[in-house]
Amino acid sequence: MNIIVCVKQVPDAKDVRLDPVTNTLARDGVQSIMNPYDRHALEEAVRLKEKFGGTVTVISMGPPQAAETLRDAVACGADEAVLVSDRAFAGADTWATTYTLSQAIKAIGGADLILCGKQAIDGDTAQVGPGLAERLDLPYVAYVRKINDCTDGSFTVERMMDDGYDLLQVPVPSLFTVVKEINEPRVPSLKGKMKAKKLEVKILTAADIDADPAQLGLKGSTTQVVKVFSPQLRGERAILAGSVEEQVDQLFQKLANLL
Amino acid sequence: MLKIDIEACIGCGLCESTCTFGAIAVAEGHAVVNEKCTLCGSCVDVCEVEALSIVREERAHKMNLAEWSGVWVYAEARKGRIAPVAFELLGIGKRLAARRNVPLTAVLLGSGVNGQARDLVAHGADKVYVVDDPALAHFTDDAYGNMLTDLIREHQPEIVLAGATAIGRSFIPRVATSLATGLTADCTNLEIREEDGALLQTRPAFGGNIMATIVCPDTRPQIATVRPMVMKPNERDDSRSGEIIEVGPDPGRLRSRVKVLDSIAEAQDKVNINEADVLVAGGRGLEDGKGFALIRELADLLGGAVAASRAAVDSGWIGYPHQVGQTGKTVAPKLYIACGISGAIQHLVGMQSADTIVAINRDPNAPIFDVATYGIVGDLFEVLPKLIEKLKQRTDQ
Repeated sequence: MNIIVCVKQVPDAKDVRLDPVTNTLARDGVQSIMNPYDRHALEEAVRLKEKFGGTVTVISMGPPQAAETLRDAVACGADEAVLVSDRAFAGADTWATTYTLSQAIKAIGGADLILCGKQAIDGDTAQVGPGLAERLDLPYVAYVRKINDCTDGSFTVERMMDDGYDLLQVPVPSLFTVVKEINEPRVPSLKGKMKAKKLEVKILTAADIDADPAQLGLKGSTTQVVKVFSPQLRGERAILAGSVEEQVDQLFQKLANLL
Repeated sequence: MLKIDIEACIGCGLCESTCTFGAIAVAEGHAVVNEKCTLCGSCVDVCEVEALSIVREERAHKMNLAEWSGVWVYAEARKGRIAPVAFELLGIGKRLAARRNVPLTAVLLGSGVNGQARDLVAHGADKVYVVDDPALAHFTDDAYGNMLTDLIREHQPEIVLAGATAIGRSFIPRVATSLATGLTADCTNLEIREEDGALLQTRPAFGGNIMATIVCPDTRPQIATVRPMVMKPNERDDSRSGEIIEVGPDPGRLRSRVKVLDSIAEAQDKVNINEADVLVAGGRGLEDGKGFALIRELADLLGGAVAASRAAVDSGWIGYPHQVGQTGKTVAPKLYIACGISGAIQHLVGMQSADTIVAINRDPNAPIFDVATYGIVGDLFEVLPKLIEKLKQRTDQ
């Protein structure tokens, strides 16, 4: 079974802030990491490979330093790494990103299964997985929490819903986005790290993927950011003082009609 | 691209201090832009000498925006019942439609749901397109996506809203991609821009650390998903009238490549935290799962439900359906009591719309106190038992 896993190198989102003095997205000292959900997608791919044989290729659209994340993926069991990188891709929204990724996936010959994390922790949109499936005209399932089986050309999977889960049968080839409940990702092995060091990451530029320049990057995006700001937080901030007895008494009074 | 008129530029640096992306700076006496520019236009707005302008490249196939009119709401139905988020979207949808002076339309897909179309009218829809077919009994991305896409192509609404639920977040990106148009997910605010009637879509990014306002300038429809409990529904008005149109689907478009074998409801606590008026939430400060016994006791006494921060869920003290926050549920109860929760922004975005927020935390600097109506700096293991005792005394009286 040949599997492609889409991974993204992201800033560790919990540390990203708007610097109040410069009004800039402060990225200093913020680590770049593999998007956590993609780590689960990668782990699932490697487990499927261990069960059914085949290869796992990780692919990422990003700047040159994203190759680090691809090597990290190889250290955790991926066989091949492809970096889709070109200045022309910069500023892409999910529409331009799915175009670029789909062209790249076609260029490398597709796969039996494409796995993505449910969302990236910087953009938080969860749009690329389903959008990519649509571009490639693949059946897809989002929020997969378990891949039960693969027999006779189809997968049986569990899709997480708001109130439980659905049990689905999906033909091959297809695309899944996965939630973190699906597995516990392994840590890189020593052997894996050595393989990652030696591996040549294949680089694909806009020309290599036969991309229409009008559909790339900022120019090719359908949405546009017009403003970025810090969230406003409101609060009356009445701190109730005194002993525990006194604090609780005051709270009781204040909330009299609610309790 | 951003054009800088070097003659006009006075090198004042206002643009530099406004730019959130670090894309423009003053060098050698005038503004210089780099590749980080996202063409958001904030610098253009603040420049006092009009030295900056954005020259947009013409899209090859530009849609004629004037042909697209009307505000639509995808009225999600699950297991034969319209989801509460549909009514919330009709609430904001009505305001947007009024600003645009256009009708509000709902789209209802399912099997055996057509009787509920009038509930959508009662909550604000002027028109409802209903596709009622056994093939739509269970949600599938293919069938639901095709139905909505086909209706949008035919009737050309300018705005489409959908709930950012498991269903919405699954198939709406497919719809947007098929229509070659822009989608903004998890919007917390929606407004119409004065100058051109475009939809301003505001949403959190970087886990809620940043808010971004987004537009879809050149394509239609402008599609936005909104989380449940963020918008308010209109009051029900059964005297309202609206047009209910049953649409006969093309059978070929009802086919789904993915088959639903079964749909299983998880046995959780019966109370859905979204519906509770009172929520008592526990976080890392509980120190272990046993602390939740106190939380439960208080919730029971108040007739409310138990909620949790991500830290508590990740530690395995309570199940994910109780999680409130960026990656959990958004709630807006009358009373939210946060115990041992520090108040990281990712949690706050899930509960800051609660009417009254009480925070109990040992750390006086915990950010939760910034949103709390009433705060108690103290040990929750002392405060909660006292509060519980007082409540029991009151019921005994």
